[in-house]
Amino acid sequence: MKSNYSFRAKSACIKHPLVVLGLCLMSIFQSKLQAQEPIGFQTLDSILTIDLKEVIVISSFKRSIEHKSQPNPLSTLDEYLESSKKISMVKRGAYAWDPMLNDMTSERLSITIDGMRIFGACTDKMDPITSYVDVSNLSDVQVKSGQQGAQHGNVIGGAIDMRLEKSNFKPLGWTAAVETGYETNNTSQIVGGELNYSDENFYLDNDIIYRKAENYTAGGGEEVAFSQYEKYNLSANAGYKVSDDQKLLASFIFDEARDVGYPALPMDVSLARAFIGSLSWVQSNFIGNLENWESKLYANTITHIMDDSQRPDVPIRMDMPGWSDTYGFYSQTELSFDNHRFMGKIDGFYNRSLAEMTMYPNNPNEQEMFMLTWPDVRTLNTGLYLEDKINLSDGILKLATRLAYQSFHVADDFGLNSLRIFYPDMDQRQTRTLKSVSAHYHKQFKKWHVSGGVAYGDRAPSVSEGFGFYLFNSFDNHDYIGNPNLKNEKALETQIKVTLPLDNLELGLEGNYFHTWDYIIGEIDPALNEMTIGADGVKIYTNLKQANLYNVSMDMEYKFTPELNWSGRVSYHRGTDHNGRNLPFISPVDYRSQLSYAHGSFSGSVTLSGAMDQTNFSPTFGEDRTPAYTLLSLSLGKTFSLGGNTLYVKAGVENLFDTYYSTYSDWNNIPRMGRNFFMTLSYAIN
Amino acid sequence: MKTIKSLIILIALSAGITSCSDNNENPMPVTENPLEAYNLTSSFEANGHMLELYSEKEGLTTGYNELYLQIKDLSTGEYIPNATITWNPVMHMTEMSHSCPKSEISVTEEKTVYKGFVVFQMASNANEYWELNLEYSFGGTTYTISETIEVNAPTDGKKTVNVFMGADDARYVLAMMPLTPEVAINDLSAVLFKMESMMSFPIVEDYTITIDPRMPGMGNHSSPNNEDLIYDATAGNYAGKLSLTMTGYWKINLQLLNANDEILKGESVTEENESSSLYFEIEF
Repeated sequence: MKSNYSFRAKSACIKHPLVVLGLCLMSIFQSKLQAQEPIGFQTLDSILTIDLKEVIVISSFKRSIEHKSQPNPLSTLDEYLESSKKISMVKRGAYAWDPMLNDMTSERLSITIDGMRIFGACTDKMDPITSYVDVSNLSDVQVKSGQQGAQHGNVIGGAIDMRLEKSNFKPLGWTAAVETGYETNNTSQIVGGELNYSDENFYLDNDIIYRKAENYTAGGGEEVAFSQYEKYNLSANAGYKVSDDQKLLASFIFDEARDVGYPALPMDVSLARAFIGSLSWVQSNFIGNLENWESKLYANTITHIMDDSQRPDVPIRMDMPGWSDTYGFYSQTELSFDNHRFMGKIDGFYNRSLAEMTMYPNNPNEQEMFMLTWPDVRTLNTGLYLEDKINLSDGILKLATRLAYQSFHVADDFGLNSLRIFYPDMDQRQTRTLKSVSAHYHKQFKKWHVSGGVAYGDRAPSVSEGFGFYLFNSFDNHDYIGNPNLKNEKALETQIKVTLPLDNLELGLEGNYFHTWDYIIGEIDPALNEMTIGADGVKIYTNLKQANLYNVSMDMEYKFTPELNWSGRVSYHRGTDHNGRNLPFISPVDYRSQLSYAHGSFSGSVTLSGAMDQTNFSPTFGEDRTPAYTLLSLSLGKTFSLGGNTLYVKAGVENLFDTYYSTYSDWNNIPRMGRNFFMTLSYAIN
Repeated sequence: MKTIKSLIILIALSAGITSCSDNNENPMPVTENPLEAYNLTSSFEANGHMLELYSEKEGLTTGYNELYLQIKDLSTGEYIPNATITWNPVMHMTEMSHSCPKSEISVTEEKTVYKGFVVFQMASNANEYWELNLEYSFGGTTYTISETIEVNAPTDGKKTVNVFMGADDARYVLAMMPLTPEVAINDLSAVLFKMESMMSFPIVEDYTITIDPRMPGMGNHSSPNNEDLIYDATAGNYAGKLSLTMTGYWKINLQLLNANDEILKGESVTEENESSSLYFEIEF
């Protein structure tokens, strides 16, 4: 089941004449990645520099900036996220990549849409939350590492908040745009449009996007079967100014993907559908000196149906539908006095996760076999978050804490009885107390910015980790059983960051270290027999005494001229447990170098990216050595004036040398896309 | 065809019995039937009484049958309490006759209801039939009755009884007690008897029955945390735990071990050996 693809390492040769030519011709292009604030709406505030968040800009109210800043504007959200310093993606196919932050997967993160908690409905993580939104919905993605993400939830690795695009009462009147894109490698077609109205008292943004792609081809021409996908997404965002300082906002997203292939897995997805909605109230003056009061009520429901009917050879046919519904709220407010800036937030959510598995025996006279893989687990979480940013004479100190109560309840008797096969004394309900505390300090010496922090936090096990029943993991070929008796996973983290922003050069060095206790991971139980045909055994989720993870990255940015800009970064990651065993999904050394040019109506970029050999891999968890690779991509963009409106054209090529490669996070070593030519057209109507 | 013939006979018999009932001027007082919820598998009229045989199942089947009896006094229409009943089911085969494992009949909390169990090793057919011989006494008088009963294979076609010769050259009957299977750790019980003679089937004590439930339709995978069946002296049967991780068809592979832990029947399930010769089947 593991690796169906032979691996031929082939790295791009920098001395290739085409590259030299390309470099001469190519213009530089503004970095897609903004290390500071998102462009557009937020005013620069000295206190904001303490916010150790990375912001990935997706769009901006100024379309021209948006188009110039992204090499491939209509690429999937996954590709945007992958360009981030801290986010890496676990890829099981061409679609729906699973984000990891600080080499930690979604159980250790909080992934939110505009602060709304949302959880996938697939036991095999085929539907990370990033797959239920599209670039058309978002303005930017805020990435907060470690306990800096505690505002959103109890996390270990951090928080990724995808923020929705809103006109926000800018007096733009009616605006519209139509976009279309095409990529050669998987004949991917993208069509989208938006229609917005905004004035000082009211705004309504609507957008729609449709994507369809066939199987993609890896470097060397090998087609990757079952890698097709088709999806569409519509969203609407509205705001009404009730009074000068009171606003009522609403948002709605509908996202549906059909016929999505996952070449790295034994099953595909026939349907993945999400309804996401929220209602918020924003008020500048609250009670007394409290200000910026924001309250939000939200609900989202996800249906996810796995299906193996497209696969010709399966040991047994199965249907695996899953559902995840979340209802939640939050209310936050700020208070400034003296040199303190307080923020307080209460939040809560209720989630219901249910997943089934029905297997059809080859003997038609036999009855079907049925199992509950997620036994209708209800999670109720309420929390309080407090933060204080203190402007000291020689720096800024940020203190934050979160306290939450979370209860799990296995609502279905069938599901409870299933788990009681392993845990006869298991309670139907359990509660946990979750906490977080962090301190972060930022100081500026002359031109140097130094910041560092220490934090402690814990998290509860996820539904799969606590209550999963025979969840098959095709990466390490084992069935996994949840463990309701797991202790909360805890981490002590330290972080240090040094940046030197000079006139034309910016240097940065950052290190993150996590010392975790009771790290949750599956360990083989030799007494248990596998259930999935062909599996090697069964693992039960347990707490590892200790695990250490750290990453160090260095990045540089140099402005040759106002138009020509170069950015580069290199990072090193490591993760081991108390026995010195390597943890899985820890990135090898990776690097990225981008030269961008933007002048007038013209923009362009050259990007070189890659990774070194993965030597610190984890065979116990199904990993093997992934060889080094390097990729080169180019893009060119131009804006034209057409009928009084603007037409933006972008074209380029990714993986210019058609390198056959696979990364450490590609499930079962599936190869990534080979050479891909793309073109996007965007016509903005004002 | 045989079934229809037997059914016609049974209907005719029942019709005959009911038509011969009392025809008093005054309608009989309607006595409440405590076994309303159960299925009346057979009723026999004799000696001025109606003997009713009830089961949870539709009819009498091979394997374990938990049965309830009531004796109705046809003159009064009342059910007779606290009678002493003994029974002896006998199979009349072409070459010989034999009985089967059975329990004593005891009176339940409801004094007019009596219960016991019978394990039929085989079903009736065209040439061979089961006959139920009952002896009951109350109020100082003993009565007897002998009637043919119909025993069929279970409607779901699943094997719940094993009749075999052990490695010790003794004949045994092993039957699964009724089970409502659930995805959970289920309480599983079975009864084990030795055939000492054609008519005598005493309970076997202190043996062990190992269980290894498998799903042949799904790679023959098993389940965790099963507990072998061990003898429970108070109940007179073997009890253990059956772990079922999903619905569907399961084959519960068994091995019979005597008091010295020697295997008398059944093989372990391995890569080469898909199932034991001794097994029960369930499907849910």
